This record gives sequence, C-alpha cells and structure tokens, in this order.
Amino acid sequence: MRYGKYIRIKIEQYHSTEQLLIKRKVMDQDIEHRIWEFIDGHCSPSEKAAIIQNLTDNPIWKSKYDELKSIHDMLQKEELDMPSLRFTKNVMEEISRYQVAPATKNYINKNVIRGISSFFLVMIIGLIIYFVGQIHWNGNSTGNLVPAFTLEADKLNWSKMLNNTYVNIFIGINTILGLILLDKYMQGRKKDGRSGEWSKGDSA
Amino acid sequence: MTITGHSDEEIINRTLKGDQSAFAQLVERYQNYVFTLILRFTDNREDAEEIAQDVFVKAYRSLADFRGDSKFSTWLFTISRTTCLSFLRKKKLDIQSLDNERTGLQLESRESAFHANLVEQKSRHAMLNQAISMLSPDDAQVLNLFYKGDQTLEEIGKIMRLDPNTVKVKLHRARQRLKDKMEKYFSHEVREIYSD
Repeated sequence: MRYGKYIRIKIEQYHSTEQLLIKRKVMDQDIEHRIWEFIDGHCSPSEKAAIIQNLTDNPIWKSKYDELKSIHDMLQKEELDMPSLRFTKNVMEEISRYQVAPATKNYINKNVIRGISSFFLVMIIGLIIYFVGQIHWNGNSTGNLVPAFTLEADKLNWSKMLNNTYVNIFIGINTILGLILLDKYMQGRKKDGRSGEWSKGDSA
Repeated sequence: MTITGHSDEEIINRTLKGDQSAFAQLVERYQNYVFTLILRFTDNREDAEEIAQDVFVKAYRSLADFRGDSKFSTWLFTISRTTCLSFLRKKKLDIQSLDNERTGLQLESRESAFHANLVEQKSRHAMLNQAISMLSPDDAQVLNLFYKGDQTLEEIGKIMRLDPNTVKVKLHRARQRLKDKMEKYFSHEVREIYSD
C-alpha cells in the first residue's frame, strides 16, 4: 500500500517535470520566434518596443538574443562557394552556339487564344440550345406547362440532329472561326517572312 | 546589383541588342550565388558546375522573356531551382525535399560522414558550411537565398513557389534546425561564438 503511494507520487513528479520541460521548450521557441522577427525587422513598432523592453529587463531574453544574433551575423558573413576558374569561359563558349530566343509574348497571339475561347463558347451555347430544343412542354391537369425532358441515347434521332437548323448555324460559325484562325496564322507567317528578309538585308 | 559599374538592366539590354559578350558580366556577377545554391542540392561540385552552366545557357536563351518585374537574380534563381530539380529527376537521385522518408536516411548518412571529418573542421566558415550541408536542401536553400542571394521573403516565395508567410515559417525553422545542428556537433565552437 505504502509502495503504491510512493509509485503514484513518483509518477506525478515525473509528469509535472515533463510538463515543465515541455512548457519551457514552448516558451523558448516563442521567445526565439519573436527575437528572429525582431532581428529580421519584421515585427510591428509596438512589438519592437516590447522586445527591446524584454531585452533590457530579462537576462533570459538577452542571452537568447545574443545567441541568435551571433548565428545571424555568421550567416551574413558566410562565404559563397566558387565554381572552377574556367566557368565563365565555358558558359560563353556554350552560349556562342545559341541565339536569344524571341520573347514568348511575341509568338503567343492573344487573338488565337480569343479564337479558341470563342470556339468553345459557341460549342457550349450550341449544346445548350440543342438540349433546350429537346424539352417537350406538356400541359398538366392544372393547365400549367410543365417541362418534360427526356433524353435517351437509343431514341436519339441523329439525322434530325444533323439537319437541324441550329446545328447548321453552329457548324457554320465554327467554320468561319476556323477560317479566321487560319487566315491569322497565314498572315503571321507572311509577316515573319518579310521581317526576316528585311533584317537580313539590313544587317548586310 | 552593380559590381562592374553597369546595372543588370543595362547588361541585359546590351545582350538583347546582340552584344553576346556583355552576358559574361552577368555570369561573373552571379556564378557564385547560382553555384552555391545548386551545390546545396547536389552535394557534388561537378554536377553543380554542370547544372550552373545549364542555368546560364537557359537564362541567355530566354533573356527576352525577362520582363523586369522582378530582380534579375530572382528570375535567375527560379531557373536555377527548376533546372536543378529536373536534373536530379533525370539522374534519378534523391530529391530530399520531395521525399521526406529518404530525407531522413540521407541526412543521417551525411551526419555520420560528417563525424568522420569532424577533426578537420576548424574554421567557423567550414563549421557553418558543414552544419548547412546537414540540413535538407529546402532549408539550406531558404537560408542561402535570404542571407546570400539578397532576396526578400516575397522573392523567395516566387522562386520556391510558396506563399511569403510559408517562407517566413520555413526560414525560422531552418535557422532553428541549423542552431540545433551546430549546438549538437560543434558545442565547443558554438560556446566560443556565443561568448564573443
């Protein structure tokens, strides 16, 4: 009985010591975090004033600050590693085989992106119109029109769909868009060809 | 940065106008930063030099795409990071930052290798370098970009594709881990540094 009580006291002591250690570690981490913010200059003026006050009044804060500041200073003074002496020469030799590539924005034409977006937009609108066309408005007992939407794949009349005026319009718009895109592409190629000839002549 | 008198923008404009030799100034200016950054990933000087060379060639070829809305160094470090990661993927090496399980094993082996050379490590620079090499590449990279690369938290965020607040937390943790490593393996030297 007496032995059990002894064990219980020991366990309580152990837990309280462990809790104290965890508490201390959390406190240390919090202090360090705030000091790092202070060293980096990332804290607010009020926080800065509070930390300066702590550094003057509290020796634990002061010693932590000295530790972290010395690591910070050492990192700032750290020397960089250097590649071999021939490095620049090697890079320049490699580069001499290449030309600076034209900027991406010069060959990504916004009109092409707009054209593609319009294509998909027209497709979506076409599908919506088609599906709305599939709704059969039935009158119910109260006299109100209730939409009866039925779409069964095996009952779909494909020939009706393809002869549908809406679908023809849809295909027509997409064809026109396609032709516009093709025209833009061909014009771009023509322009590039001309500027190439011009720059060749100019450099000569 | 203006070391040789010309700003990065001036050199870039000259290069874009066709003066290829002007680019050599940018290579001279940033080679140590890029090389150190890559060395933290590869731990192998030959590979690091090969990747660094590739980085400068890529930067040259896509120089027209540099819009100047960030520092040239930030843009260059972004290329360094992506080139480095793709190089490591190609070589099927362990990319610690992408594989936490392997990170532990690799760092352990680095620590044991370090123990063997402990006696040789005398200077503070060597000590710091050793301690940094025991960190994960991501931790080492954050420290490098912040202290050596002259990058702000926002710029590091751009390079590593992270939110600036996440970078802040990463930086704090990296310094904490560095401090722990130094106190664990260089307790004597660290006590000297603290007492200075």
